[in-house]
Order: sequence, then C-alpha cells, then structure tokens
Amino acid sequence: MTEAATEIAVDTAIKESAIKMRGSDVSVFYGEKQALFGVNLDVRKNSVTALIGPSGCGKSTFLRCLNRMNDTIDICRVTGEITLEGENIYDPKIDVVELRARVGMVFQKPNPFPKSIYENVAYGPRIHGLTKSKAELDEIVESSLRKAAIWEEVKDRLHEPGTGLSGGQQQRLCIARAIAVSPEVILMDEPCSALDPIATAKVEELIDELRTNFTIVIVTHSMQQAARVSQRTAMFHLGKLVEEGDTDKMFTNPDTKLTQDYITGRFG
Amino acid sequence: MTDTTADTATAAGHPKAGSLYQVSERTRRRHAAEQRFRMMGLAAVTFSILALLGLMTSILSNGLSSFHQTYVTMEVFLDPAKLDKKGNRNPEDIAKITTFTIQPLIQAALAETMEARGIAVEGVNAKKAVELISKEAPAQLRHFVLDNPEVIGQSVTFDLLASGRIDGYYKGRVSMESAALDRNISPEQLVLADQLKAAGILESRFNWSFFTAPDASDTRPEAAGLGVAILGSAYMMLIVLVLALPIGVAASIYLEEFAPQNRWTDMIEVNIANLAAVPSIVFGILGLAIFINFVGLPQSAPIVGGLVLTLMTLPTIIIATRAALKAVPPSINDAALGIGASKMQAIFHHVLPLAAPGILTGTIIGLAQALGETAPLLLIGMVAFVREYPGAPPEGFFDPASALPVQVYNWTQRGDPAFFERASGAIIVLLVFLVIMNAVAILLRRRFERRW
Repeated sequence: MTEAATEIAVDTAIKESAIKMRGSDVSVFYGEKQALFGVNLDVRKNSVTALIGPSGCGKSTFLRCLNRMNDTIDICRVTGEITLEGENIYDPKIDVVELRARVGMVFQKPNPFPKSIYENVAYGPRIHGLTKSKAELDEIVESSLRKAAIWEEVKDRLHEPGTGLSGGQQQRLCIARAIAVSPEVILMDEPCSALDPIATAKVEELIDELRTNFTIVIVTHSMQQAARVSQRTAMFHLGKLVEEGDTDKMFTNPDTKLTQDYITGRFG
Repeated sequence: MTDTTADTATAAGHPKAGSLYQVSERTRRRHAAEQRFRMMGLAAVTFSILALLGLMTSILSNGLSSFHQTYVTMEVFLDPAKLDKKGNRNPEDIAKITTFTIQPLIQAALAETMEARGIAVEGVNAKKAVELISKEAPAQLRHFVLDNPEVIGQSVTFDLLASGRIDGYYKGRVSMESAALDRNISPEQLVLADQLKAAGILESRFNWSFFTAPDASDTRPEAAGLGVAILGSAYMMLIVLVLALPIGVAASIYLEEFAPQNRWTDMIEVNIANLAAVPSIVFGILGLAIFINFVGLPQSAPIVGGLVLTLMTLPTIIIATRAALKAVPPSINDAALGIGASKMQAIFHHVLPLAAPGILTGTIIGLAQALGETAPLLLIGMVAFVREYPGAPPEGFFDPASALPVQVYNWTQRGDPAFFERASGAIIVLLVFLVIMNAVAILLRRRFERRW
C-alpha cells in the first residue's frame, strides 16, 4: 500500500523534462465519425508505454497520430495538440518527414521492402543522408541489426531478400530498419500479433533492451505482454482514455471497474 | 450432402439419415445443376477455340502463299548501244534511260534463253513470252544499272519477278480455264511457263521482298511488299511509346497518390474511363482537325499517326498503371513513410518498382492495340499510296508512310485477286508482331513479378 502511495506521489511530481511526447485533448475524426475523444496522455522518456483496450477503441489511431501516419488517410482529421519535446507536431510549419525520422514506426504485420536485408536497413540512413561513406553505412547497418538482435542470424546473408526471412525475423528486421535512422521514439502497432510465441518472446526481450536508448509506445492486445514489457499502461475504450498509470498499479489495483474487467478478461 | 440431410432430419422430421451411398433427391438436383453449368462452360470454350481455329485456318490458307514468289532467273545482256548511247558512261546520261528502253533487252534475253534451251510454244511470240515477266522487271534492271554503271556491256544474271498471273498459276489462283477468259494471260503462256519451270528457269522461292519492298501499283501485285508499312508502324509505335508511357504513368501516379479525392478528380476519372471507350474513328477526326488542319503537320505522316494513337493508348495505360499501383500493398508505402521517406521517395523507390511489371504489361497491350488500329489512320491520310521509304528519324517521322493494318485495308480494296493473297499475308505479319508483343508482356510480368 505504502509502495503504491509513494508511486502516486512520484507520478504527480514527475518532472516536465521526463515527458517525451504529450497529447492534449486529442480528438480524431474519420469523415463524420469521431474515433478519439479528447485524449490526454503523456509518454515518458526511456520507458515503454503500452496502449491497451478492446478492438476499435482508438489505441492504434492514437498511436498513428504520434508520427502523423494518419496524414495518409484523406478523410482523417486531428484536433488538439501533440507535442514532441514541447513542439506541436501538428503545427503546419512542421515538416512531417523530419518528424517521422525522429518518431519511427513498426507495424502490425512485418513489412520489409522486397529488397535485400542490407538495403532494408540502409534505406533510412541513405535517404536522410546520415552517412558519408559506404563503411559508415555498413557500420550503421550492423549496429542496427545487432540492436535488433538479429545480426547473428542474418550476417551471412545480408544480400538475400528480406522477404525470405521468417515472420519473427522479418519483424526484427523492421525494428532494425526503424532503429537505423536513430529515432527518439519508436511506435509499435501490435508488433507481435503475427508472430509465434518464441518469436514474440524474442521481440519482447528486444523491446525491453531498446528502452535504454529509445522511448517506446506499443499497442498490444495481450495483457501479459503489456504487463511484461511496459512501465506505463493506458487503457482505451470507445475512443476515450479510461485510465492510465504505472503498469504495476494498473494490473494490480486499477482505479476503474472497466479496466479491472478488461484486464481480468471479463470483457473485451 | 451431410449438412442438408442433417438439417432436414431435425427440422422436418425427415427419415433418419441412412447410408452415405444413398443420395437424396435434393443433392442429386444440385449435382445435376453443377454438371449442366460445367457442360455449358465447356461448350463455350469449345466454341471459341473452333472460331479461332477457323479464323487462323482461313488466314493461313489464304496468306501463307504470299511468303513465296515465282521468279525467272536468266542472263540479260546489258546492251551499251541502248543503255549508254553516247558511250561515255556519264551517270547523268545513264539516268535518262527509261524502262521502255530496257523492256526490249529483257524480251531479247528471254527469247535467247528459250532458244538456247529449245523451248517454244506455238502462238507465243517473243512479245507474248515476255508478258510472263513482271512489269517491275525493267525498273529493277534500271536501278541495278544506275547503281552499277560499270556492268554496261556485260551479261548479268538476274532474278526477275514473274507476273502476278504466272505466280497465281502456281498458287492455284489461275487455271487453264480462267486463263482462257483472261485478257492478261493465255493458256499458251501458261504452257510456256510450265516448260520454263521444267527447265529450271522459272522457280518459286522465299519472298524476302514481301517484308522489304514498298507497295506497288494495281498492275503489279507481285512486286507489292510491306516495307513502308512496317517502317511506318514501327515509327508510330516508337512515338506512342515515348509519349504515352511517361505521360500515362505520370498522370496515374498523380491521380492515384497525390490528387485529393474530390469532385474534380472524380470527374477526371470518369472521363478517362470514357475516353477508353471512345470509338477510334473519333480520334482520327480529332487528329485531322487538330494536328493536320490546325497545327499544320503533314498528312500521311507517322508523327500524326503516332500522336493520334498516343491519345488512344493513354487511357489504356492510365487504367493499367493505376490498377498496378493499387495492387501494391499499402504496407510497403507505410513502411517507407514510417522511416521518414517523403511521399515522392516512397512512391519512386518502393511502390513504382513493384508496380512496374503491371505498368509494362499494360503499356505493351496498349501498344499492341495501337498497332492494330486502322480507322483513325484512314482519316489522317495514312491510306495513301506510298512507294518512298520514310527517312531516318526524327525527320522521317514527318515523311509520308503507310501502316500495317492500313496496308491490309488498302490491298483488300484492289481488283487483282493477287492483292487479296498479299492482304492475308500482311495480316499474318501483323498477327506475328502482336503475338510477339504479348509474349514479351507475359515474359516481363513473369520475370519481374516479385512477392511481398
């Protein structure tokens, strides 16, 4: 009890500098339909924030707002404010390409480019002009693949197509590709939903390691996964943020009955 | 079967389901319906194959013979007294000789050859005998002499075209009976032809000039070839490819990836679809009005034909390209955008390469369509009788030329049945080109198709 109490105290006293991204009153409309209702959510630096909730609750929508991937949908409209280190990312003067270089994304289904493993990872650094020489690029590719814990498996076949890897390897390749441009935040949209338990375990382990260098936001349908990898959890329902807090507290002593029911599997 | 019996058994108190060998009336009817549908499908396929076979047989049986041609091979003495009266071998003077001057040389040569071999047919004098040889022959000799003035005074062996009637005799088009009624040929001349053939002077061989020679006048079908038409068609295809592919692909990428979805783009989309359905002759009128009358481009020129066919091919290419772009999974686009590629980079680095096989296939099919198009070309004057080869591009694009399908149309309009054979032969050439293009389309698709 006392432990929880101190945690709440810390929670409220969290320093402004520890906030990486902040969503204030974020609402999203798909044409006439409103998908997200005034969400306020902070993403803390160097931590894993899990977004949970039943299907269609708006958690993926919120995630895609964080690097403006929703821009690709014509009828999508976002109101409210999302900041990255205090800068509003929906400011018309912001260049979305710069934003996405700093806020990378890993998708639900592994989607490597139909090119070689090397090209997959090298593409990002190349278009952003991060390297001056081939040697530098090689180095980035290797370190990214190492950070994504896939180097040992692919080092002998860097020039074979990335699509020839197994599902779990493909997803780690996609993570390596996201890491290669050295983003500050990595968004993951159900990264393990297409993977088997062994691959899932590897990716989860990886997420935990990545936390030291990156800020991670992950959408997941698996309660166990949220409990295992995240430090903060946010529960969405019907487009509204129901509750957010430290993962330990959310899973042991949630404030709302809705969260309690969802986590224990009584609904959703 | 099991589900229906189970349903009826529970719902309607159907007698308990028995052996699986017992088929219910309802199942039997379902199977019968399936059987009927299969038979209909099979009948439809059989019908189309038969129709295709019929078409191919008709074209091949009429047209294949045009790839062979009857030639008379003999020595002709190039008499300096006739060809170079002044005896100074001045090219300008030699250029003045006409085919009328040369005709007697051929007549004499044939008479001499016949005499040497002891060939003679009653009622066929030297003047009649030389009618076996095409009216094209003197022109052929004249060109040879102009190109090689040093041969004057020598005897040279020539392969001279036999006349269309003689050629037709060996292709079954002309018979003794029909010759008796024909002003242009007599049965005696056919007898002479048979004797010349027996002597090896007259023979049939592969007709290369069918592919290289220009068109010929009504009286000498044996000399008519597809050279100008093939060149004209090739020029037009080049123009269509160079114009329609970049314009079509650029328009598709813009419409598919950049254009906002609003009333204007909807209208453009509908109109592109409509454009694909516009009758081709309308494009011909457009070409005539705009490119020839307004812009002032020359008539019968491949440039005008190419522009008109470009307009016709654009909708096909745009529709195919948009379909190919749509078929690329959005996850690839997302992946590129997700690591900070700009929209243009995502499209050009990732989406377009994946769509390329589809785009190429669409383009080649559009080109094949354009290659076979006739109606618009008639209106812009491509149907004209053209004997001069167009020059090398790009100037050649503005020279008069013909086109393959128009040449077919043109030949079917002529009186001599020998032209009908030529027309069928030209159709075969056209079909071969189309088959090659479609095969290339399939190959490209197979080769570059990538999995993702």
